[in-house]
Amino acid sequence: MSRLESCLLMFLALCSVTQSINVEELNEEFTESLLLRPLPDRKVLAHFHFRSSAPPSKTYGRHHHIFPKSIYQLVHKFQVREMELSFTQGRWNYERWGGFDPISSSNAKPPGVELWAEFDVPQDQVDESWKNLTHALSGLFCASINFLEHSTSYSAPQWSFGSASGKLRYGTLPREAVCTENLTPWLKLLPCRDKAGLSLLMDRPSIYRGYYHSQRLHLKSDEFGASEMSTGMVLEQTLTVVLRPDTFSGKALQPSWSLSSLFGRSVSRKCSLSSSSNVYAQFEQNLLFEGDKLKEDREALENAISVGDGFEDNPLFELSLAPKRVIKESGNLQKAGSILYEFSVEDSNEFKPFDLGLNWKVPVAWSCPQAPLQASRFLLGSGNERGAIAISMKSTRSNNVERTSSYDENECWLRVGIFQMVPWYVKVYYHTLKLFLDGEPQSSMENIEKILVSPSEDKVSTGVLEMILRLPCSVNTAALTLEFDKGFLHIDEYPPDANQGFDIPSAVIHFADFVANMSFHDDSLKQVPILSKLQEEVPVVSYTEVLLVPLTTPDFSMPYNVITITCTVFALYFGSLLNALRRRVGEEERLLNGKGARKAGPLTLMISKLSAKLRGKKWEPPKQSESGRSSSKYKLLAKVVLVAGVAAAWQFYFQ
Amino acid sequence: MLKKVCAVELIGIVCGWMWFWLINRYRVARLGKLDVDRRWRKLQLSSNRSRAQLFGSAFFSFLSLLVSIICCVAGVLTLLLLPVLAKNTYISENALMPSSEIPEMIGKHIIESGGEVSYHQIQPISDNFHPLQFFLGPAVGIVHENYSCTSYGINTVGIVRAPRGDGKEAIVIVTPYNSVKTTTSEALSLRVAYSVFSLLSRVSWLAKDIIWLAADSRHGEHAAVAAWLRDCYALSRGDLEKNQDMCGASSVLGHELTSVKRNGVSNGFRRAGTTAAALVIKVADRSTGFEKDGLKIYAEASNGQMPNLDLINIVNYLAVHGQGLQVRVEKIWSLLDSWWLYSLGELQELLGKVAKSLNPDWKFGIPASDYVEGCATLASSLYNQALGVPTGPHGAFCDFQVDSITLEFSPRFSSSQRVLFLLHAGRLVEGVIRSVNNLLEKFHQSFFLYLMTSPSRFVSVGIYMIAFALLIAPLPLVAAALFSDASKSKSGKDDVSLEPSHPGESIPTITAWNWLHTAKTFPNSSPLTNLLMWIASSLVGLLFTCAASGSLSISRASQLQIREWTLLKAVTVTAAFIGLCLMSVINYATAQIGALPLVPMCLMAVPLRFHVSAKTMKALLRGACNILLDDFWNWTESLRAWNSATYIYICMVNLPCWVLCIRILLHRR
Repeated sequence: MSRLESCLLMFLALCSVTQSINVEELNEEFTESLLLRPLPDRKVLAHFHFRSSAPPSKTYGRHHHIFPKSIYQLVHKFQVREMELSFTQGRWNYERWGGFDPISSSNAKPPGVELWAEFDVPQDQVDESWKNLTHALSGLFCASINFLEHSTSYSAPQWSFGSASGKLRYGTLPREAVCTENLTPWLKLLPCRDKAGLSLLMDRPSIYRGYYHSQRLHLKSDEFGASEMSTGMVLEQTLTVVLRPDTFSGKALQPSWSLSSLFGRSVSRKCSLSSSSNVYAQFEQNLLFEGDKLKEDREALENAISVGDGFEDNPLFELSLAPKRVIKESGNLQKAGSILYEFSVEDSNEFKPFDLGLNWKVPVAWSCPQAPLQASRFLLGSGNERGAIAISMKSTRSNNVERTSSYDENECWLRVGIFQMVPWYVKVYYHTLKLFLDGEPQSSMENIEKILVSPSEDKVSTGVLEMILRLPCSVNTAALTLEFDKGFLHIDEYPPDANQGFDIPSAVIHFADFVANMSFHDDSLKQVPILSKLQEEVPVVSYTEVLLVPLTTPDFSMPYNVITITCTVFALYFGSLLNALRRRVGEEERLLNGKGARKAGPLTLMISKLSAKLRGKKWEPPKQSESGRSSSKYKLLAKVVLVAGVAAAWQFYFQ
Repeated sequence: MLKKVCAVELIGIVCGWMWFWLINRYRVARLGKLDVDRRWRKLQLSSNRSRAQLFGSAFFSFLSLLVSIICCVAGVLTLLLLPVLAKNTYISENALMPSSEIPEMIGKHIIESGGEVSYHQIQPISDNFHPLQFFLGPAVGIVHENYSCTSYGINTVGIVRAPRGDGKEAIVIVTPYNSVKTTTSEALSLRVAYSVFSLLSRVSWLAKDIIWLAADSRHGEHAAVAAWLRDCYALSRGDLEKNQDMCGASSVLGHELTSVKRNGVSNGFRRAGTTAAALVIKVADRSTGFEKDGLKIYAEASNGQMPNLDLINIVNYLAVHGQGLQVRVEKIWSLLDSWWLYSLGELQELLGKVAKSLNPDWKFGIPASDYVEGCATLASSLYNQALGVPTGPHGAFCDFQVDSITLEFSPRFSSSQRVLFLLHAGRLVEGVIRSVNNLLEKFHQSFFLYLMTSPSRFVSVGIYMIAFALLIAPLPLVAAALFSDASKSKSGKDDVSLEPSHPGESIPTITAWNWLHTAKTFPNSSPLTNLLMWIASSLVGLLFTCAASGSLSISRASQLQIREWTLLKAVTVTAAFIGLCLMSVINYATAQIGALPLVPMCLMAVPLRFHVSAKTMKALLRGACNILLDDFWNWTESLRAWNSATYIYICMVNLPCWVLCIRILLHRR
């Protein structure tokens, strides 16, 4: 019996051990990293990346110590498969800050709030889940995301975002102002908040002083999938800011900076809950190319001195700390890829804070890699009646990277996807779609590979245009125009600042053939979340500007005027009507006769005589009634005295 | 406030009663003459019949005469009183916050500005007139015309993107300059704009993008700005073609282009969001005779459009209170010395004093000198609005519903104070931009329809409409009286009386359209031939009318002829009334100035008593017209070139009414 017991115990112990090993394998994890990159126009890009993951709740249970509970509940309540929420202030400058790298493709967002979510619920419950999700998020992030619940503000793209499951909803709020009240709840999702770790750098004034500010939250879960190979939930929080160093360093030289000069703070301790906290400094290939050129020049000039391959003798710049390791991107055949210098904040403390600095040695100018076409969108036409939306795309081939896959020169096509959402009061006529290639209008549809149009329905749904253009590779400019009529809104549908105009959300331009990713030789680097993120193959995406359409707005003081004038008319009408109704004509005439005769002076007598003569009648002197005369006279006198007394009292009182 | 409402209500009630009384009178009079037969026959009062009829019509014509005299005099008086009635301007939109900004113009600390630059090619456009231009708005479209390289002007466009803005709105600064021969004053205006621009590229408070347009005024300032705007609101060549040949830019700006190529200079057309406001900055060649730097505001755009009053208010406020500039608006200088205006001013001052002595609360009457200045400014404001021709490059913006004004600085030209002038002008422009930048909504709060009597005083539409309404009020009354007079003498046959009115009404339309047609078909002919053609066509129209109505009248008795001219006059008056009313909707000032001669002329036109042979009279008239109207014609042609609605008015209302009046004058009695 005892043996059996001990056997059982052993078995139980074994079981528990194996289970614990399982748990060890699939534990919650949190990592933080910061990527810094100098930009050509004297600015610096700082990209914070926080990633928390939780194993599937089937095996792990529902209790977490790192993963935020609110997000977990959100995922489970609304069965979210994938979701992305971004708060952005400012515009990403695609021309100067680049549009062909993983950071700009996934972190350059339209101004305001953008939200898309894909649900794991039956088709008919998707809208319901979306509405509930917007309300939950608006409470969670102190933003008016709940305005996205109306069917006039969101759309269901078929293929432009994520998978083509039909369970995805997309909406934007271009006018949402982004402020610290949105950042604070976002920071609360981090296990160390902004008390320790890299988030210590997030000094509010310096962050919001920047030229671009985008906080993003990406959520992915496969909790509800049927497959056993579930990876759980992954929450990615990124904050991308573009700052200009305050340091003044001559006219030509790029400004030197350090973390403390950029943010006004430095990292004094790492977040103890994070499994890795690294800082990366990235230098782009064009910049390195300039450096190489400079180095060659110098070598040719000095000839004798041999220059090593280390980082210290980089001719362009100098970093204040020695990097932990240098990661080189495996570039294309012609050009070398960019270089990442990795630093760790593990060994920083209160007395020796981590403060990375960069000093430029020589003036240098370079340009960032550009997306194959640079898109801009604008309005055509003036007046309050009609207009047109134009999307113009210009080739940036002069400094473009080569295409990923090689084609025959004749068969070379550039596939450009366009997603455009238009509110219902801008009534787009989709049949007026015109395409110009290099200034020539294209009549046939041969350049359109795929198109999906869902016209808007008044006060019910937005209009959506999704299309994939197939342009020849040699194209220089492509322009697309769509004409629209401006609609009229009911007076209670106008927003508070109606006279500002109405927004048309950004169009999304994506280049399906091009992927923006970095590839590294070392496979072990995939373990680091930010690097694996950089290696992920994401299509090149760019957003266009938000447009402001001035619509006809009524004079909102009009109702007041109408009420006033109506009341006046009514008062006049009813006053005279009542007067006419309560008047007894016979009696009054009798009274008037009596009075008139009594009060008739010499003038009235003469007039009545004259009129009688004119009429050709005989003049009759008015009859006089003696009886009522004296009493009415006294009454009148009393009345006059009373009124005069009241007036005198009034005058006296008020002086 | 309550007092005002009560007063307005009272006036309304009084007016309503007056109208009711008048209509009642009219009805009685009408009853007296039209329905008369049946009613009076029924009553069998044949002896009273003619007396009542006569009384009715006599009363009615007397009334119309009285009313027309009173109204005309009152209308002219109200117009003259407008400077007294002008109110002080105030900043209506609170969001502008003009005094909240702290000037940041400290020297010329210019580091490399972070703006984007692009070049824009312009070409003179051919003259295309559209009769309903004011209604349709500017025509936009791609112009495909071949010009040689030398004829191109090159606009330079710089854009500062607001650091944290969403790029939905933009503010435009325009500095016109002649690229062929730049004068000192143009260079100074460019300098002001550049220092403001370089400052704005460094500030962090911008919410709207800033566009600086250095417009090449080789083909005229307005043309350059209009060309840029046209391309802005349409797909331009810069959008469609990547490497268009910038023939001028490649040679002149070649080295510049290569040196800053990396910073993103491109030939493509660059845009920013919806334009919120535009400022045109100019520096006058002449120096002021005053001790302060001067600033002149031009606001009138095409067809009497004005920018929102708030824009002028901010400029005035900041210039006077912030920078101590002397602000002026245009005025007619010749009026300042007129003795009659001065005596009128003294009279109203005296009246104001008397009224004040009666009741200290009655405050009207302004000093006589102020009155004269107000009148001169008002006259200039009216004239510029009536012409319908913009007074500066800002007019091009107003065509696209963008509020804009031209600021013309006139510095004291002494080199020591030039830096100070730059500081003042730069601070003013910066302050205005900052105020507009504060604005969340577009300008909508303040007035759009107003006349200026001084930079800080204005007359709003509610007041100046009274003068016009009083002037044209007698017209329908007189027309009705004349019509009733004409139909009185015949007994009960309405069809005859109506018949002549049809050809009569056709006169304005026929002549006008004929006229337009001739103008259209011979665009290259000289003004003189155009004038002759117009006279010919109007004469043909007249002859046609005479033939249509004269054939009827000859067969009748001589009494019918009298009736005919009264009918003709009735038609003239009606046409003038309708034309003036329509014009007042399109451009008030044109209607007001047009009504001043037209109304008395229409009212007083009667056939000449002496029996001159019509032929010599016509010949004389034609000769006079040829001499007198030649300049007038040139002036009208210039209006046509600017697509002004005043041109339409002159063709469709004024000239036909003149013709009709001449016809009446020449009518046989």
